[in-house]
Amino acid sequence: MTRFLVRRGIAFALTLWVVVSVSFFLMRAVKGGPFDGERELPPAIEAALRAQYHLDWPLWKQYLQYLGPLNLDAHRASWLGGDGANVLGGLACGDFGPSLRYRDLSVSEILGASLPISLALGCLALSWSVLAGIALGCASALRRGTRVDAAVRALATLGIAVPNFVLAGALVLVFAFAWPLLPPAGNGELRHLVLPSLALGAPVAAYVARLSRAGLLDALAQDWVRTARAKGLSERAIVVRHALRAGLMPVVAYLGPAAAGILTGSLVIERIFAIPGTGSHFVNGALNRDYTLAMGVTVVYTALVFGLNALVDLAQAALDPRIASREDA
Amino acid sequence: MLGFPLALLGLGLAFGLRGARPRAQLAFNNGTEVPSLDPALASGLPEGRVLRCLYEGLLVKDPRTLEPRPGMAERWSVSADRRTYTFELREGARWSNGAPVTAGDFAASWRRLLDPRTGAAYGKELWRVVGAREWSTTLDAQGAPRLPFDTVAIRARGERVLEVELAAPWSSFLDLVSLPALLPVHVPTLEALRAAHPDDWQRRWLRPHALVTNGPFRVLEHRVNERLRLARNDAYWDAPNVALATLDVWALDNLGTALNLYEAGELDLLTDVPATLVARLLERPDFAPAPVLGTYFYRFNTRRPPLDDARVRRALALVVPRAEIARNVAGAGEVPAWSFVPPGIHGYAGARLADAGAESARALLAAAGYGPGGRALPTLELSYNTQGRHRELAEVAAESWRRELGVKVVLAGRETKTFIDSQRNGEYDVSRSSWFGDWPDAANFLEIFASASENNRTGWASAEYDALLAAAASAEGAARAAVLARAEALLLEEAPLAPVYFYVSRNLVRPGLRGFESNVLDEHPPKFWSWSR
Repeated sequence: MTRFLVRRGIAFALTLWVVVSVSFFLMRAVKGGPFDGERELPPAIEAALRAQYHLDWPLWKQYLQYLGPLNLDAHRASWLGGDGANVLGGLACGDFGPSLRYRDLSVSEILGASLPISLALGCLALSWSVLAGIALGCASALRRGTRVDAAVRALATLGIAVPNFVLAGALVLVFAFAWPLLPPAGNGELRHLVLPSLALGAPVAAYVARLSRAGLLDALAQDWVRTARAKGLSERAIVVRHALRAGLMPVVAYLGPAAAGILTGSLVIERIFAIPGTGSHFVNGALNRDYTLAMGVTVVYTALVFGLNALVDLAQAALDPRIASREDA
Repeated sequence: MLGFPLALLGLGLAFGLRGARPRAQLAFNNGTEVPSLDPALASGLPEGRVLRCLYEGLLVKDPRTLEPRPGMAERWSVSADRRTYTFELREGARWSNGAPVTAGDFAASWRRLLDPRTGAAYGKELWRVVGAREWSTTLDAQGAPRLPFDTVAIRARGERVLEVELAAPWSSFLDLVSLPALLPVHVPTLEALRAAHPDDWQRRWLRPHALVTNGPFRVLEHRVNERLRLARNDAYWDAPNVALATLDVWALDNLGTALNLYEAGELDLLTDVPATLVARLLERPDFAPAPVLGTYFYRFNTRRPPLDDARVRRALALVVPRAEIARNVAGAGEVPAWSFVPPGIHGYAGARLADAGAESARALLAAAGYGPGGRALPTLELSYNTQGRHRELAEVAAESWRRELGVKVVLAGRETKTFIDSQRNGEYDVSRSSWFGDWPDAANFLEIFASASENNRTGWASAEYDALLAAAASAEGAARAAVLARAEALLLEEAPLAPVYFYVSRNLVRPGLRGFESNVLDEHPPKFWSWSR
């Protein structure tokens, strides 16, 4: 377990460093800057702004300043002639810097305000879709070949095929206008999150239903299930205590990618439902050339996806001892 | 097994529920998260809408006529030589922290605007004040101004009199004073925070609880990327005449969602609507587009042949299918533009591109040596930013150039920032553009094509044009208008641009909202709004 965590920690640090470095230089290679607009700034003003955010430095120095942990700002670092306060800084010290577009806010403030909202939406979407997906998948597997099975399979195909923004539009039409049960958009209360989490989770629920159906059918066909039946165990005990545990392994393995997909896929849903989550910053940060904000979101998403995958691996090890021993070997 | 999804559900609920506030008395969509609440950094319409709620300048514009009305200044006067403006501040005007609003506050705010380290886009506009340009441009190694500020003729005479001396008479000075950028801030608060928090004072003073304002509303809560909740500022001198006690400013950039919220009754006013729904909205009484001072146009890169020949540019400008574009592509009642300066500017009747038809356009091309019997025109690239209807519009224009003049045109859609970058670096043949006036004055449009203007971007430079603009600057009234009209005639003759259409406003306004008047600047201060129910 400890070895597993240490290995993951090192891999995480390396991954993050690569992601940060590649994104940093890619983003600066793109044309246009944070202060460009249809109305042009006077050259002296633009130069002053660039200096304020150190965009006038050579790129390698900006990169080192961003990474930290040493703060290269000449006004601060004493060995460069500053007053010596705040010698540490940059990403290594958890400092994402100021936003270049929203000048009243730091990137940490923006992420602090938006991330909980995206996480709430993601958690709700993931939880209902996993519960519903497993329930439907099991029902379908246990009633194989019946109308229930056919209906679930049709629904699953539909759920995977229909893009979530189309579903979102349909949900708004039905539940906000034709039958005004829920608000068409907004944020702050549970009722605001119902439609977006439905739209966001639908493809995941469909996929989970398929996976759990196939997994359960596979498990029920195993020799040890026949043994259990021969021993006279009730069908209920066989399914709940034995077959399900094995049959859901593919679902658990899928949760990591599913969570990542929900996180990064939420930006469309967030826009449609006016949810001030991180998704819009992911896109707008890049479009506005808000280098620090785009980098901040990238770092957070990387950490989340990595962390979720590590969690999934732990869960798999807990469910199947064979995996745990492989990991430790 | 079920524990995991249930734990997720609990987490989601714990994170997500910040609680809703009851709806404000009025909610409008501002279209974007405003980049800053600092007036000095303001440059766009959305910032203006918010900042005019929070701060009040010396003058306020009448929402219908746009004439200056008393704001923080109760009275103002102009000297006989039209160079010195004296503003007398009203007694009893207070900041939200209780401090009186003084002439010194305005001087300190405008000093901040002139200081290049502030990064203010509009600071340069104040260079017309005696000494301001020198003060702003004489800098030490750290970029700080080296001259004492008393070399700049922005002087506080006691607590209540502000005197500003211009280097030369300028008829638009009172319009400039009404711009969001010239709104005052409480500089002592800034200075105190700068001393206490040298690292992040630039953000600290703008936090809702720290922000000191003097306008009709104050910030109650800021939910980033969602909305600003404003409340009536009881310390405001005219608070009894502010009808709305609370006001929500939404930051929705998805126009479809905003329309949904309007239809559901959550929003009362939209400043823009989805382009695809304009035709259907036009049938409704709550959607009444009105002319505004904005021009949609194409820039020609005059550094590149064949566009270095004015005859070629004018030929292209002549056959832009304006009427078809305005009717079928824009669709909200936009007016085909045969000039650069929009109509609606009092006392100005500008020049007009002669509507001479395709035949004379072909003659112009032939005179330049292109077309049948001459050289073939090289393929031109028409670039636009991939937003809104720019692509459809470009297709219609390109088709017309091909059909009428035989010019081959390729379209190049670019992401907005890349597009702007290529435009300012002159990496284009024909490039989509727009310009909105800061105040109703023809010079505000014509000056962008002065040879020294950073907004020119076409490479076109004309000493005669510059001289006409300079002559207009010192003239007044009808004489000034006549000189500006001559400048515009020259601009259309030389055609570094092809005007396409004049914009209209696209406000969707809930019936019953009073005090929302149409005007050519599309400015609607919420101070004057009320419900008639």
